[in-house]
Amino acid sequence: MKIGIPKEIFSDERRVAATPPSVQKLIKLGYEVIIESGAGEAAHYDDEAYRTAGAAIAVDTRSLWEEADFILKVRAPIKHPTLDKHETELMKEGAYLASYLWPAQNPELLDQLAGKKVTAFAIDSLPRISRAQKMDALSAMANIAGYRAVVEAASHFGRFFTGQVTAAGKVPPAKVMIIGAGVAGLAAVGTANGMGAVVRAFDTRLEVREQVESMGAEFLELDFGDEEGSGSGGYAKQMSPEFIEAEMALFAEQAKEVDIIITTALIPGKPAPKLITEAMVKSMKPGSVIVDLASERGGNCELTEPGKVVSRHGVTLIGYTDLPSRMAKVASDLYATNLVHLMTELTPEKDGQPVVNMEDDVIRGLTVVKGEDITWPPPKPEAPVIPKSAPGTEEPSPAEVKAAQSKAATRKTTGKVVLLLVTVAALYGIGAYAPESFLSHFTVFVLACFIGWQVIWNVTASLHTPLMSVTNAISGIIVIGAILHLAQSENLVVGILAFVAVFIATINVAGGFRVTHRMLKMFRR
Amino acid sequence: MISTGLVSVAYVVASILFILSLGGLSHQESARRGNLYGVAGILIAMVATIANVGAGDMVTILIAVLLGGSVGIVMANKVEMTQMPQLVALLHSFVGLAAVLVGFSGYIEPLRPTFGAEHTIKLVEVFLGIFIGAVTFTGSLVACGKLDGRIDSKALTLPGRHLMNLAAIIVSVLLGAWFLSTESMALGILALVLVTVIASVLGVHLIMAIGGADMPVVVSMLNSYSGWAAASIGFMLGNDLLIVTGALVGSSGAILSYIMCKAMNRSFVSVILGGFGQTSSSSSAVEGDQTVHETSIDELSEELRNADSVIIVPGYGMAVAQAQNGVSDMTRILREKGINVRFGIHPVAGRLPGHMNVLLAEAHVPYDIVLEMDEINADFPNTDVVLVIGANDTVNPAAAEDPSSPIAGMPVLEVWKARQVVILKRGMATGYSGVENPLFFKDNSRMLFGDAKATIDKLVGALRS
Repeated sequence: MKIGIPKEIFSDERRVAATPPSVQKLIKLGYEVIIESGAGEAAHYDDEAYRTAGAAIAVDTRSLWEEADFILKVRAPIKHPTLDKHETELMKEGAYLASYLWPAQNPELLDQLAGKKVTAFAIDSLPRISRAQKMDALSAMANIAGYRAVVEAASHFGRFFTGQVTAAGKVPPAKVMIIGAGVAGLAAVGTANGMGAVVRAFDTRLEVREQVESMGAEFLELDFGDEEGSGSGGYAKQMSPEFIEAEMALFAEQAKEVDIIITTALIPGKPAPKLITEAMVKSMKPGSVIVDLASERGGNCELTEPGKVVSRHGVTLIGYTDLPSRMAKVASDLYATNLVHLMTELTPEKDGQPVVNMEDDVIRGLTVVKGEDITWPPPKPEAPVIPKSAPGTEEPSPAEVKAAQSKAATRKTTGKVVLLLVTVAALYGIGAYAPESFLSHFTVFVLACFIGWQVIWNVTASLHTPLMSVTNAISGIIVIGAILHLAQSENLVVGILAFVAVFIATINVAGGFRVTHRMLKMFRR
Repeated sequence: MISTGLVSVAYVVASILFILSLGGLSHQESARRGNLYGVAGILIAMVATIANVGAGDMVTILIAVLLGGSVGIVMANKVEMTQMPQLVALLHSFVGLAAVLVGFSGYIEPLRPTFGAEHTIKLVEVFLGIFIGAVTFTGSLVACGKLDGRIDSKALTLPGRHLMNLAAIIVSVLLGAWFLSTESMALGILALVLVTVIASVLGVHLIMAIGGADMPVVVSMLNSYSGWAAASIGFMLGNDLLIVTGALVGSSGAILSYIMCKAMNRSFVSVILGGFGQTSSSSSAVEGDQTVHETSIDELSEELRNADSVIIVPGYGMAVAQAQNGVSDMTRILREKGINVRFGIHPVAGRLPGHMNVLLAEAHVPYDIVLEMDEINADFPNTDVVLVIGANDTVNPAAAEDPSSPIAGMPVLEVWKARQVVILKRGMATGYSGVENPLFFKDNSRMLFGDAKATIDKLVGALRS
């Protein structure tokens, strides 16, 4: 089967869906590869390199689309400017297509593809499971966008990032605030930190704190009770008005202090939240820079103009929507590798014939059109699959709000209710029939179980053996019972039994603690 | 004689100290303090109890305590770190036995008279305490024997073993009913003796049926049992301290067992019922024409010198060969050369939860380069050399790749993703699960046969020269 790589026609798109190394891998999978002349030029791969890698070069666009059975692309098909035809119309009937498709925003495109009996894989609909990570183009692109955001900021910022003491005077380090610690945000944290800036990051999801700190930034925390912003699938959810107010106050305060703000905040299926107001921009020092990675979805800053660099109140606002494409070479390399992984999954026999196994969760999630049928959205697995909205990539418009995952939630609730009822019944039985003295002990027992449960979960795995020997030593507390019996014994047999019990229980206590002590003494950094 | 009020306060203090003790163990830094809290707690509780009894009885008690204490400390001082699992199992059995003995004492000569429903509940508690205690006692002894190698660690699978266990439990329940209904002390004792015997047999049989690889679960489960035994004795005596402590230990053991089961991707029930790996060893037999590649000490030392990043995956084999000190020396030499050396520990490596960590700590391997499976699994593809020392099932790619394998779905350390894997092993025997390991036949795998300790020592010599 022939794989075709067309030249991207979206304006200013510099990426390409295959690189010479990826072409070699595709050929190893049993495919023939044709590439449109000049397809890789903007990414610094010339036709000769592809030819050496084993690809055939198609002289014009039309012949490529006519010959190819499987199209690999970056952008979703659009109307071709010079041929005056939509790219789907150029396709062979019954062909295959893998590219960004954004099925939620492009229902007409799906119809068009189905009309052509095309089997289409939307790389942006990849289920978020670990097995699929090697195909996760959104994360790969977000990573590039995060890096590039810092580079863009640096080039528009009139100072060093790192603090320096020179003969000509002292230069303070740049202070960078990054809002939203997803893939792009973390990449930005790492890059800015690597360049020597003082980096702070904020995210509504408290669980990313460690990740932020591991990349070398300070995690800005709101002093705000228990509200936590983790939505399903690792994405952020919308917060309460009070939370947003506190958050805005934090940003307003930080805006006066920092030199660079990079915003990457997105909520799946909603316009980007407005986090940086005009007043905040005004309060920033002249010469400061804001990079808005959410500009494609309306921007996190009120003054951002998507796709442009503008200057407002002495602050440079960067609203580029094509950051990955601005690093076309590495973006193409990574994207091409993602596609090779996809093709490997699709070609288990390595015979150049794709097999669309709809039983496979990953393939099922990716396949949005199969033959004449639109197969999007896929049936929900246990975890909700939300179209990923990586900042700085190319999601066209705010998506519609997703239907809630009510079914799974209901099942969970039912289980909990049954458990609750059983517990209530058991407690009722005990409460109604057991004598007073038992009940007080029972209370103590239940509370102790609960405390044990809470405490033990915190124990690190490397300390499990010491934990066991300590609990073992502690369970020697049974010695108390033995002592009481020994003290009270009138009967010789009981006396002997109790004596032996005291003896062995003490062995346990002393031995257990001693051995734990020895073990713990050995642990050192 | 001090007042009962003071004793109660002492018990409360002891309970809190025990909770602090378990809490302290959550981190390396506070762990030693945690142990001291535990010691303080038990000392306070014992001193208060002994001070409360009359001076006449004190002598006997002190004799027993001093005897037991010195025996315990001597034992704990003498034990080798590699024998730690056996010792812990043995100590569990002591708690079980003590629970049985106290249970009998409590029945024959109750500390306080009880009537009506309260009496019935007390009898149930006595019966339960003795039953759990006896199962813990013999079960732990068997576990200790298996860990020590005195008993064959292969799972013993008698025909109809589930039915036998079920029968033992039913008979125990019937005995319990009879025990509650009888008025006579002699018949009651008879019932208790009978249930002790049945529970003892049950304990032996339950643990005999569990294979060596499941030992971490078993030991933590027995730990849990010993806690519940203490708790039920606490109910019998109406002593809150025993109840609290028993419950703490019981839930701790239960959580540990749960964590271990999760690490093996097996349900708790299937581990308890035992007999794993006996029927399935043939299902994933590797075809005969596959060959293993051998390597030599010199080649390996060259590989290690040239590597940037090395991960060492130890298993029970390292513990058996006592190779941890050599491994530690090797780690130090490699780190001095600027090579990034780390350890990858599978949650069920060894025979105790956290067994490998203890051994490596004993050999002074810094704990911050000893990582858990989840922390290190993603790093294998960027690793030059992985050294597998005496681990087998925990690095078996069949778990991830072969759905028909009996260990399919068990999370494993994905060592085969590294550039090169070197496996130190005595021979081609299978691991405890009895499953063939396709890792040995992979193209990037090299075998280095021989005793792990001897091999590592030679390797250290080669690296030094």
